[in-house]
Amino acid sequence: MSLSSQPAASEFFSATIRTATPLLLAALGEVVVERAGVINIGLEGVVLAGSFGALIGATHGGVLSAYVVAALCGLATAALFALFVLWTSADQIITGTAITLLALGLTGTLYRAIYGATGALLTLSTEQPLPIPGLSRIPWLGAALFAQPPVTYLAYALIPIVWWWMYRTHAGLALRAVGESPQAAAAAGVRPRRVRLLALMFGGVLGGIAGGMLVVAQAGTFAEGMSSGRGFVAIAIVVLGRWHPVGVAIAALVFGAASALQFLLQALGLALPYQLFLALPYLLTLAGLAGLAGRVLAPAALARPDEELA
Amino acid sequence: MAPRFRLSLPILIGCIIAATALLLAAGGYDVRAAGLALVRGSFGSWYAFGSGTLVRATPLVLTGLSVAIAFRAGVFNIGAEGQFLAGAAAATAVALSLGHADRLVALTLPLAAGCAAGAIWAGIAAVLRARFNVLEVISTLLLNFVAAFAISYLVRGPLQEPTHVYPQTATIPVAAQLPRLGAATRLHLGSLIALSCALLAWWIMRATAAGFRVRAVGANPNAAAIAGRINVQRVTMRAFLVSGALAGLAGAIEVAGVTFALYENISPGYGYTAIAVALLARLDPAGVIVTGVLFGALDAGAAAMQRDANVPSVVVMVVEATIILALLAADRIRIQPRASAHPTIEAAS
Repeated sequence: MSLSSQPAASEFFSATIRTATPLLLAALGEVVVERAGVINIGLEGVVLAGSFGALIGATHGGVLSAYVVAALCGLATAALFALFVLWTSADQIITGTAITLLALGLTGTLYRAIYGATGALLTLSTEQPLPIPGLSRIPWLGAALFAQPPVTYLAYALIPIVWWWMYRTHAGLALRAVGESPQAAAAAGVRPRRVRLLALMFGGVLGGIAGGMLVVAQAGTFAEGMSSGRGFVAIAIVVLGRWHPVGVAIAALVFGAASALQFLLQALGLALPYQLFLALPYLLTLAGLAGLAGRVLAPAALARPDEELA
Repeated sequence: MAPRFRLSLPILIGCIIAATALLLAAGGYDVRAAGLALVRGSFGSWYAFGSGTLVRATPLVLTGLSVAIAFRAGVFNIGAEGQFLAGAAAATAVALSLGHADRLVALTLPLAAGCAAGAIWAGIAAVLRARFNVLEVISTLLLNFVAAFAISYLVRGPLQEPTHVYPQTATIPVAAQLPRLGAATRLHLGSLIALSCALLAWWIMRATAAGFRVRAVGANPNAAAIAGRINVQRVTMRAFLVSGALAGLAGAIEVAGVTFALYENISPGYGYTAIAVALLARLDPAGVIVTGVLFGALDAGAAAMQRDANVPSVVVMVVEATIILALLAADRIRIQPRASAHPTIEAAS
């Protein structure tokens, strides 16, 4: 069994973290959005916009500018979604689908317009791993967890921060109140539309950074449609994590581990089709969603249009 | 209730064409050449219209119907893409295993298999929603990815062509290929099937009790259950299955009428374009015929644009998205979401 050898195990854990981190970032944003009673299917488009933004930023500047432009692109995409959902009370699912289509089309068109159809050989600034002294030397897990690009540490840090903010501050309470009953929250002096707008903008920034991470810290380049469903998966992860930041982190790790299983099982030399391993995380997510039946408590106002709000 | 106003369709489309032209001009493309190529490739000749526009409109009409019927029933099936792939795979598998079957059997059996596979693929999401309360938005999206991986496996594994070189299946037998409608174009029998399905769906939705139940459940499931004594669960389940069957049929017809083989990227996103097709038709099955042809023309024209004016065809997605967003802003499309997930009646809204 290859798990007994440290390199194979280390590779498995690294692959887990690698897959989980962008999902975690996007899902931590989306969990805030959904606790405010909005479901942003356009998150897929937000992530893709972030990737494209990172490409622009990284060709004109360094890693930091890549992340700044990625966050701004994610923010702009989420703001467009917010404009439709909050001000014309358009249906959230349809708007989100349209936003994703728009991002796919726009990034594809602009990419080919700027960089040519084949994508000329791009040299981008990439984000190098920053091993944390001491911690990264822990056997088995150290390298996987603590020899990562800085953006990964940001994702780690955000788990307790989002939890603390959501459950221990007045603003977090207001957010959750809006997600349960916008009318009651409004009666208590909270402005639901503003809360939802801010939540969506936070989700847009994190989604954009998640997309930027794919370019700057992982692929080192941009490809059309490179978000390849990560935004959708992040939404599933929010449900799987029961709309709780810690649950979301665990769900992201499980998804990452399921994706990384292919390395372990390939090392075992099993003659199973690799597509099965590619599909496995999606199947596990579906099974996980079904397994939550009856125990899941979605925000009561989720996906309901808020035209009754002032 | 806010006042409703309708934006006239020509103005809407004019605005979107202008916006797209602006985008292309900003990208440094020759807008005039692109526009000419767009028209030439879609409506420029009988050949372009038949082989380009109508051939592409066929899967769009069927997947558009799939989305329209689901949305009408309050079912957010965004999985037409996966159901299309399931239908295409099943039809290919059946067609390849037919041997020397009777012509009628060879034609109908793959299409029936496609319908069944699409219905089953949608049925998974339906059961997940009915039994486990899983949002169909998420499950159908996830199933799209699973379907794509399954096709990738099939065309490299059990269904791969005999020489095992290319990731695609062998060509289906001639007996299973849908006959052409005339020799001048690549237009095939599938287009007539799609047209019949749309007219049938229009009649059912408009004039039958089943259609009324679907509309009632979609408009207000609580009222339908309480005042109309309608079994909401059953109507929802059937809408799921019919929706999946239509998308599966689209996949089967694409194989039997156009590609004659299965390969990975057999759908250029028909299942997603279908959402725009259905919404622009305001979820009316008869309207889907018109909007399906419109988007078919757009697809065919965009292909010509890429070929002749070097304009990336993905710009079509921008147009589709803009149409949906413009409709949302102008028309306030409203669909009651997920009644079963929120059994409480909204108080006096």
